[in-house]
Amino acid sequence: MSFTDFLSRHANEILQATLEHVWLVGATMALAIAIGVPLGVLVARRPWLSKPILGSANVAETIPSLALLGFLLPVPWLGDRADRLAITALTLYALLPIIRNTAAGIAGVDPAVREAARGMGMTQRQILFQVELPLSLSTVLAGVRVATVLTIGIATIAAAVGAGGLGEFIFRGLAMVNNQLILAGAIPAAALALGADFLLSVLERRLRPAR
Amino acid sequence: MSAATSAGPETVIEFRNVGYRLPGGNVLLHGVSFTVSRGETLVLLGRSGAGKTTALKLINRLTEPSEGEVLIEGRGTLDWDPIALRRHIGYVIQETGLFPHYTVEQNVLLVPRLEGWPAERIRSRAGELLALVGLEPAQFLQRYPHELSGGQRQRVGVARALAADPPILLMDEPFGALDPLTRMELRREFVALQERLRKTIVIVTHDTSEALLLGTRIALFEAGALKGIYLPREFLLSSEPVASAYVSQLHALEEFERGK
Repeated sequence: MSFTDFLSRHANEILQATLEHVWLVGATMALAIAIGVPLGVLVARRPWLSKPILGSANVAETIPSLALLGFLLPVPWLGDRADRLAITALTLYALLPIIRNTAAGIAGVDPAVREAARGMGMTQRQILFQVELPLSLSTVLAGVRVATVLTIGIATIAAAVGAGGLGEFIFRGLAMVNNQLILAGAIPAAALALGADFLLSVLERRLRPAR
Repeated sequence: MSAATSAGPETVIEFRNVGYRLPGGNVLLHGVSFTVSRGETLVLLGRSGAGKTTALKLINRLTEPSEGEVLIEGRGTLDWDPIALRRHIGYVIQETGLFPHYTVEQNVLLVPRLEGWPAERIRSRAGELLALVGLEPAQFLQRYPHELSGGQRQRVGVARALAADPPILLMDEPFGALDPLTRMELRREFVALQERLRKTIVIVTHDTSEALLLGTRIALFEAGALKGIYLPREFLLSSEPVASAYVSQLHALEEFERGK
């Protein structure tokens, strides 16, 4: 059976797995942005927090992904559902680039702009939301892009705990020594990664402030 | 010090024995006392690191005094709400600090918007302000700062500082980054504008001719201390060594020009 025959016969299954994959990645990114951006702001505001926060995110990054899933499995509420478990683990991986880029973006705002903002009587909150975050948006987005591509790849591991996604094909293929099955998971995952990378880089360029 | 240091009709800004020390212990300013009266332009003159910018930032509480106190309209800056104090004081800096993601109109209207002015009053204000600083509103309101020349940016910076009509204006080397011809043009316009508006202005510069041209009085700073306050004519004739050093530098330039 040729690979194209194989694909057409399993088209529904592949589509199903791709949608699951997109859901895992989308939920992960929403969570990682919701946690990572505030942490990045905190790092930029309080330099003494930079070591503990970036350090922890760095450590999370170094734990092998299968091991991380294993560590999280016995955690009460998390271990109850496979997708909950997978999204938590993936979020831990996605945090570092988002925190780092948010902090760098805010630190990169022209000091003259910040001083003018303070001098004109903007509150800290106004400076953050009206000046610092809009001006660091493209840098933050660059971090989101890196994290998204990373997450699409790592999310294939989620199948190991039964959370579904394109990893299902890869694990099945490995078990059955069937390259076609492996490719049926790997190719859509790669395409997703490339597509996300392209879309986000376009968005990033459009949001880059003019100089 | 000369008689010109005595307080004018109404004191708007007063420094009482003010010192400022960095957390590390470096003294940037010590024992500084002076007053600024309503409607006058006080120039803080001195070389880089003399403490003049520090003195300026003490006025709108971007820094707080380590010793003594700074009074604005009779109230210590530490007793003011810093946000209210700063909205009461216009602020112009050398690099302009215009927001690159805002149009000229949005930049200029920042403080009125923060202050919650009614929409129709805000709308007419932008045009007024640009006209005030010599920019054609129709041509400039929708541009972004990076689409302006240095001189135009500086004009927008002044318009933004004047937007909510603050009684006090602080300017930190506002013409420093401009080419000499544009600088001269803006200085002249500044003098004309000040004749109309009569704001209380404190302006920092290291340029002697600028100090003489713009200042009602000149406060000379050296190594964190106030050397004296002079009327422009007094400054030219002063025997104080630092002041006469500035004046002789000016004369050297004139002689060089005559010699050509």
